[in-house]
Amino acid sequence: MSDIRIITGNEAAALAVKLAEPGVIAAYPITPQTKLAEVLSEYVESGELKAEYIRVESEHSSLTVCMSASTVGARVFTATSSNGLLYMHEQLHWAAGSRLPVVMCCVNRGVGAPWSIFNDQQDSFSQRDTGWIQIYCRDNQEILDTIIQAYRIAEEVYIPVMVCYDGFILSHTMMPVEVPDAGTVKEFLPPYKPHTFLSPNDPKTINPVFFATRRENSEGILCDGYMEMRYKLQAAFEKSGDIIKNASSQWAEMTGRDHGGLIWKYMTEDAELILTGMGSIATEATLAADALRNEGIRAGVVGIRAYRPFPKKEVVQAFRKATAIAVFEKCISYGYEGGVCSDLKAAFYGTAIKAPVHDYIVGLGGRDVKTEEIVDAARTTLESIRAGKTDNKITWLNCYTGAQAEDNGWGVIRGDPQP
Amino acid sequence: MHENIFKINEKEYILPGSRACQGCGLSLAYRYILKALRENTIVAIPPSCLCVLHGLYPTTPVIVPALNTTFASNAASASGIVAGLDALGKREMTVLALSGDGGTYDIGIQSLSGAAERNTNFIFACYDNEAYMNTGTQRSGATPQGTITTTTPILTKQDPKKDFLKIMEAHHIPYLATVSPAYPIDLYDKFVKAKKIRGTRYIHIDTPCPPGWGFPTRDTVKIGKLAVETGLFVLFEIENGRFRFTGRSKTMAERGKLLPLVNYVKKQRRFKDMSIEQLKKAQSSVNSRWNEYLKRAEG
Repeated sequence: MSDIRIITGNEAAALAVKLAEPGVIAAYPITPQTKLAEVLSEYVESGELKAEYIRVESEHSSLTVCMSASTVGARVFTATSSNGLLYMHEQLHWAAGSRLPVVMCCVNRGVGAPWSIFNDQQDSFSQRDTGWIQIYCRDNQEILDTIIQAYRIAEEVYIPVMVCYDGFILSHTMMPVEVPDAGTVKEFLPPYKPHTFLSPNDPKTINPVFFATRRENSEGILCDGYMEMRYKLQAAFEKSGDIIKNASSQWAEMTGRDHGGLIWKYMTEDAELILTGMGSIATEATLAADALRNEGIRAGVVGIRAYRPFPKKEVVQAFRKATAIAVFEKCISYGYEGGVCSDLKAAFYGTAIKAPVHDYIVGLGGRDVKTEEIVDAARTTLESIRAGKTDNKITWLNCYTGAQAEDNGWGVIRGDPQP
Repeated sequence: MHENIFKINEKEYILPGSRACQGCGLSLAYRYILKALRENTIVAIPPSCLCVLHGLYPTTPVIVPALNTTFASNAASASGIVAGLDALGKREMTVLALSGDGGTYDIGIQSLSGAAERNTNFIFACYDNEAYMNTGTQRSGATPQGTITTTTPILTKQDPKKDFLKIMEAHHIPYLATVSPAYPIDLYDKFVKAKKIRGTRYIHIDTPCPPGWGFPTRDTVKIGKLAVETGLFVLFEIENGRFRFTGRSKTMAERGKLLPLVNYVKKQRRFKDMSIEQLKKAQSSVNSRWNEYLKRAEG
């Protein structure tokens, strides 16, 4: 008999962590992650979850505690948001460079300054190049399932995994979530058996200073230099795509729930217009696609689930028939454009895909994005491309851009609010 | 004191050929620390002279397991090691975080304070060589007033050394002690004692540094002894709040006479531009702290 509960995203995440049975949890509170840290402490204090819970004095320390606990062989968990994630930045690199299977939730929130406690994805996007796998969830069920998958992935490929979900939109919104039984999770995720751990039985100095060149050890064996170590991380990323897909499909076989491996598709087979994005904005885009279909426009959606590794092959396959592409994203690389847009165009380069890509920067700092706004934007994209315009375009959707908008030609769609 | 030398663990945990400087006070201290803590020990290391001592991959002269971490995070890293070992039921291990003064007084204070407040079951030892020696003698929060460093090259450091022992004492940890590699038996005894205590134990190591302080490499022990004999560095321990002089400082307290601070100052190039006023101020602060300790020892 299935166990379906009406719970928030944070509660779904906490349940997943409990089922994954980490030995060590460390967390520091930050909105909107807070409830997750609270529920986990309740599980530990009540004895429902046997784990060491370290209530650290900062996010820098929460990730450090997890890394060092992982180094001695424990399964670990932490979670944060926004500036908390940025405060971890140094340790994010350290965790990936150490090849530790840390699993962390990033409950996505805008970053300061100025302060915003509300949702966008600039926090995790800005940590893209730290060497973590990043998976974005579209609903609360996917949060629960992805955290369990994340341990499988991390412990197989020795890359830390960041499970990202939108603050408030998912973290504080209740949805029905099916909770798997402990037996299923145990079968899918056996206890962690590290290939290397720090122990007096085999004394090692871990992460000492490396030279750029390769060097011989005391037995005359030539060992890696810094660059070989870095290459190995990239090589692990290259095989991680298949590991993510396998985890996803095996979980689907066991539970009947398939969230897609690296990407998911919604009515894309015959689509002339494809909307795309990461997380809950992509879920909302499916409603927009329905509305566009009602108008007779063949629209579909591709959800980017894994942002790193970037699913190059999969997106080329998914977008190959589109004549118009509209990206909706809650992050930007200042001085250029949204990250998903850049990566898609780079993936398309040299392929048969010639469709213009329109980039819509949306929902920063929690600005509401209505389905009809997505519909209007996508329709505008399709119409301009049908009219023969081939330029790639960036638009700040539902944002007052004033005189500047006219100066540099960046369009403002409707709902342009006055200051 | 001579007979005590025979009780020291004969095993060496640092093999010949470390990358530390000639006459390094840290090397001497570390040798006796590891002898005291023995095999079942894991060491947490931040970027510092200790990281250099541990060597370049893939070789190390040290035969205890060690984990390097980032500068700010050494106490948190040790917390993680302790938590991981607890989670796996390996409770017989000693975890030592060994940081320099920069990694303790400055960038490391947040994670250390957090770990001490949680009474994390580990030893945090600060090897205080009174500046950022690994990067070439830049001023730290532990540098004394009147010191020439590479970032106070002309005017000398204007601010007095932070009173870190008071900060750590305010965390009400079960054990706090000071040691000097110039007095290895006192150092050894305190680490042996610390190993048996549960909770956060803080040990402060006065660590003479020939290149950073500007004295001949053969004088490390001599300078270390002068620091104690002038009362600038006092050997003591505070166990569950109870203060006790130890070793040479105990003898000094009983005799009631300290050497003048100038004996220590004049032997080091780093103090060459110290003003008479700065020296007087330093001497008076040594005197008042010494009197404070004498009172505490009576009480």
